[in-house]
Amino acid sequence: MKSKALLKQPGFRLFLMILPLLVIVFLFSYLPLQGWIYALYNYKPGRPLFSCEYVGLRNFTRMFVDKYSTQDIVRVMRNTFAMSFLGILTSPLPLIFAVLLSEIRWVRFRKTIQTVTTIPNFLSWVLVYSIAYAMFSVNDGFVNRALMRLGLIDEGINFLASSSHVWLTMLGYGIWKGLGWSAIIYMAALSSIDQEQYEAAEVDGASRLQRIRYITVPGLMPTFFVLLLLSIANLINNGMEQYYVFQNAMNKDYIEVLDLYVYNQGMVGFNYSFATAVSILKSFVSITLLFVANSASKLIRGDSIF
Amino acid sequence: MKTRKSTGEVLFNWINILLFSLFALICVFPFYYLFINTISDNSLVSKGQIIFLPKGIHFDNYVEILKIKGLSNAAAISIARTVIGTLLTLVGTSFLGYALGKRELWHRKLWYRFVIVTMYFNAGIIPWYINMKMLRMTDNFLAYVVPSIVSPFSMILFKTYVESIPASLEESADLDGAGYITKFVLLIVPLSTPIIATVAVFSAVGQWNSFMDTLFLMSDSRLFSLQYMLYQYMHEANALAESLRQAMSQGGVVADVTKLLTPTSIKMTVTMAVVLPILLVYPFLQRYFVKGIMIGAVKG
Repeated sequence: MKSKALLKQPGFRLFLMILPLLVIVFLFSYLPLQGWIYALYNYKPGRPLFSCEYVGLRNFTRMFVDKYSTQDIVRVMRNTFAMSFLGILTSPLPLIFAVLLSEIRWVRFRKTIQTVTTIPNFLSWVLVYSIAYAMFSVNDGFVNRALMRLGLIDEGINFLASSSHVWLTMLGYGIWKGLGWSAIIYMAALSSIDQEQYEAAEVDGASRLQRIRYITVPGLMPTFFVLLLLSIANLINNGMEQYYVFQNAMNKDYIEVLDLYVYNQGMVGFNYSFATAVSILKSFVSITLLFVANSASKLIRGDSIF
Repeated sequence: MKTRKSTGEVLFNWINILLFSLFALICVFPFYYLFINTISDNSLVSKGQIIFLPKGIHFDNYVEILKIKGLSNAAAISIARTVIGTLLTLVGTSFLGYALGKRELWHRKLWYRFVIVTMYFNAGIIPWYINMKMLRMTDNFLAYVVPSIVSPFSMILFKTYVESIPASLEESADLDGAGYITKFVLLIVPLSTPIIATVAVFSAVGQWNSFMDTLFLMSDSRLFSLQYMLYQYMHEANALAESLRQAMSQGGVVADVTKLLTPTSIKMTVTMAVVLPILLVYPFLQRYFVKGIMIGAVKG
């Protein structure tokens, strides 16, 4: 009769109400884990999985043993780390942006700047690509048209297809899209700094620079630190959308990050099994990084990041 | 109390304002450039004559692109997924957040973690794709709107907000014998409009911008979204030429050569058409976006 008693509990009835929602979470977030089994086979699309050759862990060892795969992995990891490190290197930018913006006393100007600079964050990468095309393409691009009009060049320069500096241009687009938005979190942290500190500093005759140096920046450090740890945790998760839309035959060697490599192997090359093996390894590495970042946070700040 | 500023400080102020104006210009100018190119004489645009000012202003491009069948269909898909997807997310996620905040919920902690873990861990895109295929979510509109019914991040936002509503309000409703759904609909939802608006704008922008799900799951062109069409136009000359041919055969009315669609005008006009809703809506809803990141930041 236990089940009857359970049904009478309001808490259990509430559980039944959210059960369909939990089923959705299960279907779309947990059930995909069964796909990991594909990594153990040499799966060919169109055939039932179990009629395919069972290869054990060969898809995993292939990354380190097979010469061509190893070359690929090394190249892809180089790109992944390069982009992530450039991102980490520029992570103080939003902080600087927020500090400098808060130094402007003209409120209308400050508000306008905030609105205008946060808009790009809400554009998809496809749109960013299309806008980049409008700016830099050979015939339609603003930069080429303006330079030709000024007589500085005779022929359009193909900025988008160039393979040099791909890492830097990707970083540039990322900053264009995200800088204003990332600064908002620091603006919030700024407003929570005790105003009395500034008044006391003023009484003591501290200059503006000294106030920034000794009050503002230390006040923002905890936020900066948490975000830094999060970006370390996401070292190998740079996503694929940006790189997918900017990818072309010319820049492929430098733009292919791990996530894009998995896509290209799996969805384009139909190497489902190998791509799955790579993404399983990636999942484990990124979970480890997340825990490392979290323990680092506990150790240094005495608080976890999630 | 006003103190006199040193020359250094005045200089600092002006350089500061100049720098921000410059960055703001870099953020805004591309939209302006795109816009003047879509409303200018198309033959001048092809010759690269439009740089700072529009010439031969007309708005036919925006009318002409609607005649491209695939494009108007894609617009319908994008609007449908944005509206339906956002509504479903609101209903599902807000109720889940409400329920997971209830102490008496059967195994509450377990279910809370069950949902939260998915934010940090996923199986990888290929297993996800295989799973979606198995669930018959390929070439299926439901794939756009069903998986997003539960959004863990928005769930946290909602749960945090509901927990700040005084419990005494619900207790008085308990006395009247109201059930969970009645309390949720009549009491919690009206009190949570700010957070509902926040979740709605995030979800709507997410749906409107979504591109990867079409790329992975849809091969039926009737289910392509605007984002995907734009991607095709940017990368596949064939898709663009086909649409151009379609527009030509349809629009026999336009005799004026300066208004004829060109590959460039299609690309730029579609880009503008996809960007415009965001540009128009964003300044009014900015505070909701900011609120979202604030609550998220406190929690995260």
